[in-house]
Amino acid sequence: MEIIYGPWPWYVSGFLIAVTMLLLLLLGKKFGMSSNLRTMCAIGGGNKFSQFFKYNWRNDLWNLIVILGAIIGGFLASHYLSLENDMPQISTHTLEALNNLGIASQNHYLPVELFSFEALNAKTIAILIVGGFLVGFGARYAGGCTSGHAISGLSNLQLPSLIAVIGFFIGGLIMVHLIYPLIF
Amino acid sequence: MKQLVYLLVGVVFGIIMYKSEAASWFRIYEMFRFESFHMYGIIGTALAFGMLFVYVIKRFNIKSFSGQHIYIQPKEKSFTRYIVGGILFGLGWALVGACPGPIFVLLGAGFLPVIIVLVSAVLGTFVYGLLCDKLPH
Repeated sequence: MEIIYGPWPWYVSGFLIAVTMLLLLLLGKKFGMSSNLRTMCAIGGGNKFSQFFKYNWRNDLWNLIVILGAIIGGFLASHYLSLENDMPQISTHTLEALNNLGIASQNHYLPVELFSFEALNAKTIAILIVGGFLVGFGARYAGGCTSGHAISGLSNLQLPSLIAVIGFFIGGLIMVHLIYPLIF
Repeated sequence: MKQLVYLLVGVVFGIIMYKSEAASWFRIYEMFRFESFHMYGIIGTALAFGMLFVYVIKRFNIKSFSGQHIYIQPKEKSFTRYIVGGILFGLGWALVGACPGPIFVLLGAGFLPVIIVLVSAVLGTFVYGLLCDKLPH
């Protein structure tokens, strides 16, 4: 049972992610999660503010059902398919760097210093708001996120997706190496 | 009935994201420090099989379950929007350690402060919609 309850190896996970994309293609759809954020804006009446939200969002409702499933999947995985929701076994170098940022080496699946009600203060709320905003804004500006570009687009050998993924990494490296030391 | 299939695909995807640890802030942080192969292994394996699947679909003209031609719409040609949008996305991805799929997975796993990230991501998408005509693409 360790196979199920322990963290899954990267090759199993990677293969299953590709199978997820294949299933959606065979269902006549595409694998891309950030478009759901646009669908939510459209449902919420975004068409009153921008042409960008003026489209038939009913055609994208299937994708909202997928993320509803993802919520259920997260619940099942954390409650029934894991014995402990411990911190991933990241490298010792990363642990040292985290300690320097004030994030404990003994932690949970997510750092309690950022993602717990006890930790919520003006600074952590600002971090979550700014990060979320950049994810939503950037994904739409770039026309896709990690699933849409890094998996779907690159699998289809699309140059725009390669440019976007390079952008993802430039942004991530700037954040972790240049901005983290300033904010943590 | 078809709705149930989408729900199941989502459930499986959610379980994969959680169990692979790709939904963990720690793995994203580690990835951008190049201190583990884990995330690169996941993305690399997903890509290798993804390319194979897409190639086989095209090569043998495989139809969808409902008998339709499978067509993957190419992204429009541009450089600016992908690099600028990509960098902004990357900044956010590394800051909150979650991309649009895992945000939902983490909510289901009970990390409720992620709601702030989700609401803000919807807001970010909304603001993009307001500004998209004025932004360079």
